[in-house]
Amino acid sequence: MDSIKQFASTFFVTGDPMIYGADVSIVLVSVAILFYLTKFKKWGWLWREWLTTVDHKKIGIMYLIAALLMLFRGGVDAILMRIQLAAPNMKFLESQHYNEIFTTHGTIMILFMAMPLIFAMFNIVVPLQIGARDVAFPFLNAVSFWLFFMGAMLLNLSFVIGGSPDSGWTSYPPLSELGFSNGPGENYYLLSILISGIGSTATGINFLVTILKMRAPGMKLMKTPMFSWSVLATCIMILYAFPALTVALILLFIDRIGGAHFFTLTGGGNPMMFINLFWIWGHPEVYIVILPAFGIFSEVVSTFSKKRLFGYTSMVLALVSISIIGFFTWVHHFFTMGAGADVNAFFAIATMAVAIPTGVKVFNWLFTMFRGRISLTQPMLWTLAFIPCFAIGGATGVMLSVAPADYQYHNSYFLIAHFHQVLIGGVVFGMFAGLYYWWPKMFGFKLNDRLGKWSFWLWNIGFYVCFMPQYALGFMGMTRRIYVYGWDRGWAPLNMVSTIGAFLMGIGFIVMVWQIIYSIKHGERDTTGDPWGGRTLEWSIPSPAPLYNFAEIPVVKSRDAWFEMKEEMAQPGYQKKPVHIEPIHMPKNSGIPFFMAVFFFIGGFGAVFEWYWMAIPGLIGIFACLFARSFQYDTDYYIPVEEVEATESALGRL
Amino acid sequence: MKPSRFKKPFSIAALLAGLTVLLSGCSDQYPVLNPVGPVGQEELHLIKLSTVLVAIVIIPVLILLAIIVYRYRDKKGNTAPYQPNWDHSTKLEYLWWGIPIVIIAILGTFTAKSTFSLTKPPVESADIKPLVIQVTSLDWKWVFTYPDQKIATVNYAEIPAGVPVQFQLTADSPMNSFWIPALGGQEYAMPGMDMRLWLQADKIGTFDGNGANFTGEGFAHMDFKVVSKSEADFNAWVSDVKKNSPALTVDGYNKLTEKGTAEPQTFSSYPEGLYENTVDKNGGMYMKHDMSNMSGMENMPSMAK
Repeated sequence: MDSIKQFASTFFVTGDPMIYGADVSIVLVSVAILFYLTKFKKWGWLWREWLTTVDHKKIGIMYLIAALLMLFRGGVDAILMRIQLAAPNMKFLESQHYNEIFTTHGTIMILFMAMPLIFAMFNIVVPLQIGARDVAFPFLNAVSFWLFFMGAMLLNLSFVIGGSPDSGWTSYPPLSELGFSNGPGENYYLLSILISGIGSTATGINFLVTILKMRAPGMKLMKTPMFSWSVLATCIMILYAFPALTVALILLFIDRIGGAHFFTLTGGGNPMMFINLFWIWGHPEVYIVILPAFGIFSEVVSTFSKKRLFGYTSMVLALVSISIIGFFTWVHHFFTMGAGADVNAFFAIATMAVAIPTGVKVFNWLFTMFRGRISLTQPMLWTLAFIPCFAIGGATGVMLSVAPADYQYHNSYFLIAHFHQVLIGGVVFGMFAGLYYWWPKMFGFKLNDRLGKWSFWLWNIGFYVCFMPQYALGFMGMTRRIYVYGWDRGWAPLNMVSTIGAFLMGIGFIVMVWQIIYSIKHGERDTTGDPWGGRTLEWSIPSPAPLYNFAEIPVVKSRDAWFEMKEEMAQPGYQKKPVHIEPIHMPKNSGIPFFMAVFFFIGGFGAVFEWYWMAIPGLIGIFACLFARSFQYDTDYYIPVEEVEATESALGRL
Repeated sequence: MKPSRFKKPFSIAALLAGLTVLLSGCSDQYPVLNPVGPVGQEELHLIKLSTVLVAIVIIPVLILLAIIVYRYRDKKGNTAPYQPNWDHSTKLEYLWWGIPIVIIAILGTFTAKSTFSLTKPPVESADIKPLVIQVTSLDWKWVFTYPDQKIATVNYAEIPAGVPVQFQLTADSPMNSFWIPALGGQEYAMPGMDMRLWLQADKIGTFDGNGANFTGEGFAHMDFKVVSKSEADFNAWVSDVKKNSPALTVDGYNKLTEKGTAEPQTFSSYPEGLYENTVDKNGGMYMKHDMSNMSGMENMPSMAK
């Protein structure tokens, strides 16, 4: 009995009332979900429509829901940190708890919020935009999603079972090695990212092939919509960047459970290898999340300026050059680690060079609006808010790239303010713009305007109130990851202001959630499939898109394919061509991706605690799934013509 | 509602407010902007230069954005030109590829120059004999050893004003970063490595320093004071420490390496080769080539932990 007690007290995180609160709410929410599913007999529906789906649109929606949940989790972390820092000598959080929170905040926001949010956009938009019926590898797409999901669940489990990682989201050895970080926390970090990282790499392959091979006839690469171009550039970066992270994390994991010394100097290893590998992934990673946002802005600016995108070729060139230069900047994360002056100077200048194509993109957006007709819809508002925010964030980025100046900025709040400005002002604003833009395409209704504006202003004002003071705090010498500070250095007033800003953003998020709930009932319905006067193919089909997307694959003649088609249709004497429908080849649903991810979760959880009796069956389960899949021949089917015709005429398209 | 009309002035105001704070922070509260030594001043010069250069692009962008959004808004009776098919201008695109390239070229040149010059002692004090201070980051306190004066301190250091100081940095704990904002930029203190950082104070005063890279539970308490004094006062302090402070023994150091925070302390002596052996035992023995300038350390007595 005592041994059980002993086990439970280390297995479950104990002693903090906030954790007990979380325990209770997790149990309550789980019970409520189980009750709902059983009461309304939804288990079959959940299984058939969601858990086994290989439809890119549904996978996209699941990514979106998961990303918003993770935004909530990461946001709560942020609020807790800001409360602790609001005033000097606060007793709100213990050091240990604070360290866990900033670690999970960073890990979740980058890997389990930003990544799934961009993947949501990839999935929802890319096939529709290039005139395809699904992605190149729909089964693999489902595998990617479930691996991400189980990875995210594994990390989130850590704060109630075993304890969260606490050595920062960058997890530098030796701090992340045994001796300094014992216990399961760091293992949770490693395994959850490794599991979801397999999914991310697969998504990169999937969308690369999709865009290269599945564009509608006539859509040459240089006629591909800018968002799809940005996804293409992103996927190439994913393929080159993620292996470096995977290798770094696996080596660290071997160090930890196998007693190896890849990153410990005393055993002849070198921690700098981890830091280099981490940032060889880590810096491209920030471009991986920002490029799709650039793509979204390009689509939104053009649509709501009622004008073609300015400088298409320059835009493509800029995307490609960012994705190449992005791989030559990683050392700027550690100018202060004693690399020689020659190395620092090279990476400083390469980093500044990224500003050139980025600046070009900003000017092209401005000149897309120039001599256009700008309507201030919700997607456009976020785009317009992005430009000044990202311009300032980019400017401070150039300032940071000046290596000697960086000796004064490194790890200070100046840096914190900078990367939050580009990640929130760039990625989050971009994904929100995309969310509002493509929401009607996903769900068939627009999100309420009035609530949206409230949320927009709360987010924006909150952002500046929160992060502008942090630049100043950096100049005052405040460094990141300190859980407490004294009165003597004068950091108190600006920290208080910053905390107020964080709360404003939090309220903005709540209003946004309320906006979504409200709009499900009251949102303006989209019956045309083209609520914004869109220019690209996704607006040529009904909202939400039918299972097979396009009854007949369109033939593309120009960049703004749908816009041209609409112009053609508006010509006097336009004859509607008869729709020629053939049986549509579709992939079959499969439960294997879900089960495989469950086995990954079981194996991962076992590995976290170094319980081989659990980890090895998990691993066997994974291989069993792979085995089962490779002997599955009945993986596709045809939708008969009559069914397509029935669906299309029900949608008023025939 | 036309929110953009309110937003643009707001964001410009925010930028200006930001810049004002950045550029004019004129009290002791902004040590980075009011450095008291040549290293910090050179870095501040670059901070100012880069701010001005990026402002050359940012300010026109913000103004253009405000004008364009106002002028080309979709409103009945808007007489501004509308050219929905105008999507390319070679001249304009050359212009905005060109301007950033020029700006980056200028900034890059200055950056490279300073990056090289900061690896050497400040030029203006080239003929002054530098003071060497060895710094070791422990969980969670800083140990300073003065190899020429043979004294040691914890979480506290004194330096003579006007004399370049060569800090040698290492860690007997996870890696940290050693930062005294008022004097200049930081450098990492890493286990098994011997890192170098030049700093110098030109004024007398007390300056805050802290760790800048997270090392675990007590990291937030790794702040320390650096006192800059006239050379005479500094020497007086050294003799006072030699006379009145206890010695740091091997046991005493091993106690310091245990996890915990510490109050400022001074020691009249420390075990010979303490710093060098700390570097060595944490893996420095595998990196001899990095320590060519630490001649003789091979012969030092090894320190058992």
